[in-house]
Amino acid sequence: MTKISMTVNGKAVSGEVEGRTLLVDFLRKDLRLTGTHVGCDTSQCGACTVHVDGVAVKSCTMLAAEADGASVSTIEGQAAPDGTLNTIQAAFQEHHGLQCGFCTPGMVMAAADLLKNNPKPTEAEVRHHLEGNICRCTGYHNIVKAIMAASGQDVSQLAAE
Amino acid sequence: MPKDSGIGASSKRREDVRFLTGTGQYTDDINIHGQAHVYFLRSDVAHGKINSIDTSAASAMPGVVRIFTGADFEGVGGLPCGWQVTDRFGEVMKEPAHPVLAQGKVRHVGDPICAVVAETLEQARDAAEAIELDITELPAVVDMKKALQAGSAKVHDDLADNLCYDWGFVEENKAAVDEAIKNAAHVTTLELVNNRLVANPMEPRVAVGDYNRANDESTLYTTSQNPHVIRLLMGAFVLGIPEHKLRVVAPDVGGGFGTKIFHYAEEAFCTFAARQINRAVKWTASRSEAFMSDAHGRDHVTKIELALDADNNFTAVRTETYANMGAYLSTFAPSVPTWLHGTLMAGNYRTPLIYVNVKAVFTNTVPVDAYRGAGRPEATFQLERVIDKAARELGVDPIALRRQNFITQFPYATPVAVEYDTGDYEATMAKLEEIADLSGFEARRKASEAKGKLRGLGVNCYIEACGIAPSNLVGQLGARAGLYDAATVRVNATGSISVMVGAHSHGQGHETAFPQVVAEMLGIDESMIDIVHGDSSKIPFGMGTYGSRSIAVCGSAMVRATEKIINKAKKIASHLLEASEADIELKNGQFSVKGTDKSCAWGDVTLAAYVPHNYPLEDIEPGLEETAFYDPANFTYPSGAYACEVEVDPETGKVTVERFSAADDFGNVINPMIVTGQVHGGIGQGIGQALLENCAYDENGQLLSASYMDYAMPRASDVPFYAVDHSCQTPCTHNPLGVKGCGEAGAIGSPPAVVNAVIDALHSGGHTNVTHIDMPVSPSRVWAAMNS
Repeated sequence: MTKISMTVNGKAVSGEVEGRTLLVDFLRKDLRLTGTHVGCDTSQCGACTVHVDGVAVKSCTMLAAEADGASVSTIEGQAAPDGTLNTIQAAFQEHHGLQCGFCTPGMVMAAADLLKNNPKPTEAEVRHHLEGNICRCTGYHNIVKAIMAASGQDVSQLAAE
Repeated sequence: MPKDSGIGASSKRREDVRFLTGTGQYTDDINIHGQAHVYFLRSDVAHGKINSIDTSAASAMPGVVRIFTGADFEGVGGLPCGWQVTDRFGEVMKEPAHPVLAQGKVRHVGDPICAVVAETLEQARDAAEAIELDITELPAVVDMKKALQAGSAKVHDDLADNLCYDWGFVEENKAAVDEAIKNAAHVTTLELVNNRLVANPMEPRVAVGDYNRANDESTLYTTSQNPHVIRLLMGAFVLGIPEHKLRVVAPDVGGGFGTKIFHYAEEAFCTFAARQINRAVKWTASRSEAFMSDAHGRDHVTKIELALDADNNFTAVRTETYANMGAYLSTFAPSVPTWLHGTLMAGNYRTPLIYVNVKAVFTNTVPVDAYRGAGRPEATFQLERVIDKAARELGVDPIALRRQNFITQFPYATPVAVEYDTGDYEATMAKLEEIADLSGFEARRKASEAKGKLRGLGVNCYIEACGIAPSNLVGQLGARAGLYDAATVRVNATGSISVMVGAHSHGQGHETAFPQVVAEMLGIDESMIDIVHGDSSKIPFGMGTYGSRSIAVCGSAMVRATEKIINKAKKIASHLLEASEADIELKNGQFSVKGTDKSCAWGDVTLAAYVPHNYPLEDIEPGLEETAFYDPANFTYPSGAYACEVEVDPETGKVTVERFSAADDFGNVINPMIVTGQVHGGIGQGIGQALLENCAYDENGQLLSASYMDYAMPRASDVPFYAVDHSCQTPCTHNPLGVKGCGEAGAIGSPPAVVNAVIDALHSGGHTNVTHIDMPVSPSRVWAAMNS
């Protein structure tokens, strides 16, 4: 067992993990931060996306021990302390960018990563950026729309509705 | 002006907040103190005889609590099948045993053999590697037609062959259909495959079994679309636990699409094992495990013939389908290629004579059952593809050919046993032409051609039968369950309301849409109403959510229960207002006496019901809570017209969906935003089926597509924005809301539009010898077709 410590959503945390423990399992099982989900076992679906030191990472593909000393941000840390949704979260609700909610935390974290580096992405850029995040419910229409809306773009004419 | 609350309003989803903040509670988020974990050791061969299982070394591994094998389940029931089909000769289908853990033989890759229960999942997995299995591999049965040949290996040794049933529908019409086809002016024939799919809800299946020795009560937390159905099947048929000692909870569920309807071995195992070891037992599927244990979908091989007279009127349809059942009968598997498929073969058209033959076949593959649409996509695909092919053969416009044959008078009794109550297929086609800008297609084609691409347009119609279903009817057809639903409306003293519903929401937004209906009926704010679902101990009963039935069936039960509430509340109000009950009106949450200014508020009446100091106790009971069960009088028949435009790269065969438009008639709509989202999702899955997805086995029954590395799920860049419209509304005539259901339409209506478009594109490029390409229409298949 290895002792690790890191900052998660601004809070210092520590724990003892096996060498093989994945970051996602440390978050879900040790820290009980169950908002980060596991949807596959091949790093394809992106439901486990979190930010490590400001970069979007699939937490099923990183060992917990590798995140020792890092600053980790998860879906639980995105809303304001009073519960107010951040811009991306609010846009997902406003534009019905989620249905079952299972892929949603990963989508929100991936979207935040995109908008940080590309504040006004085109539709094609949004779709390309979501290559590593699979949603089975929405057909992606409203996810793409929500992300573009969160970037401040007018989405009212994107498609006849 | 769009409404901002009640029926017809696009109320924002209240469930979103917990999903967006990571505070949803899915089954894997549930951990019970002292729980053990189970890992299933599954067969890695498609077909084999189990000679011996040696668990002695594994049992001694660290953390192992107990290892179960099939022997532990002797005397325990197998997994039941919920639908019995009778074949064309009057014989009932073959129904082989489906043990919880394999007994004697393994019959598909993924068939569970041993269950290792340990303190941690890692320990269970490590111990499973130490189990010594001696299995003699047997020849695998994979191809359906070969499976029916004399001398084929048998999936089930106790059956005569691999045929589950040979179904004919309508058998009495067969001779007349044969005659009509023989005498037709033109017959178009099409042979096609409806590809095997995996539903792939993003949340893999999870089961947590718990046992309380103090009251002998078992609880199963499970990723289910219908917890009461699981309680019924598992309690009564597998484990012998009476309902009052068995609670089934399906909390937040991360998508279902059909595959979470069924009762699975892992659910029964966790519930059983928890009682055996007196500890909670948890199982969480990996995605690879999901691919080899979730019931698959589709997998039909079909020949369809469409007969037309000299004026291009459809005169007959004849089909022959081979339907893969897999190795065992999943819960509702037999109903999918029969009653959910044959009854839809009239489509939107006046075809007087129809005969459908379906041979259901056992193979050494994962069981196949309902996946979004279930039988109806298979019916729609073959019909809409053969019509397109006929139009090409006859040199007529495919839309005109459809229009000419549309059903225009309702109600309409089809020759395949169902009666459409309402519809307006001309209206949805006209709407489609508008939203898809079909008149602009030729210009877009020229623009594509200027870029060196081929552009094609595919159009099709669909009809589906939803809101299943009248219980007495489905009982005659072989269903072993009733298909009503139930709701309890519990009004609290202060006027807030909990509605306990049998429907289960796993993405459909019931927690938002259902209160809109009750709020509209009572004239109170939506925020005063909460929906409770997914827990057999909290809701009266319910058959769950599938087949686009939630609002049509459970919503109707909720309306009936709310009507009872209004009736009783009016009695209380008439007492409080000292007026005749007949004169009481309820509007905007106020009870008033007709023609006077006397009124009292909703909250006054609800308080009086629970604090009955001034109350007609001699006439009515205190309290304000009502339950209704609703059994539908008929199916509902949503319909629509879809259009797809694709570009094909003639160099590579790659198909790109450029535009997709859907004009649907769902009858009345409760929440347009949610309905639009349901159509989007269905189209995404339909495009996935048409272009990308394929569950592939090799000839030895090895599953080749058991991960997202191998199974091509649609991604954001594979689909365009969709144009969706549901303003054509012919309300259902037999349910109180006039609703038809919208959950499956997109998945039913979209695959033929995509394939029709690809064929159109190839023809525009001179590849007129290409009449069909099987799904998924992959670049290699398109390239091969262009170069054949």
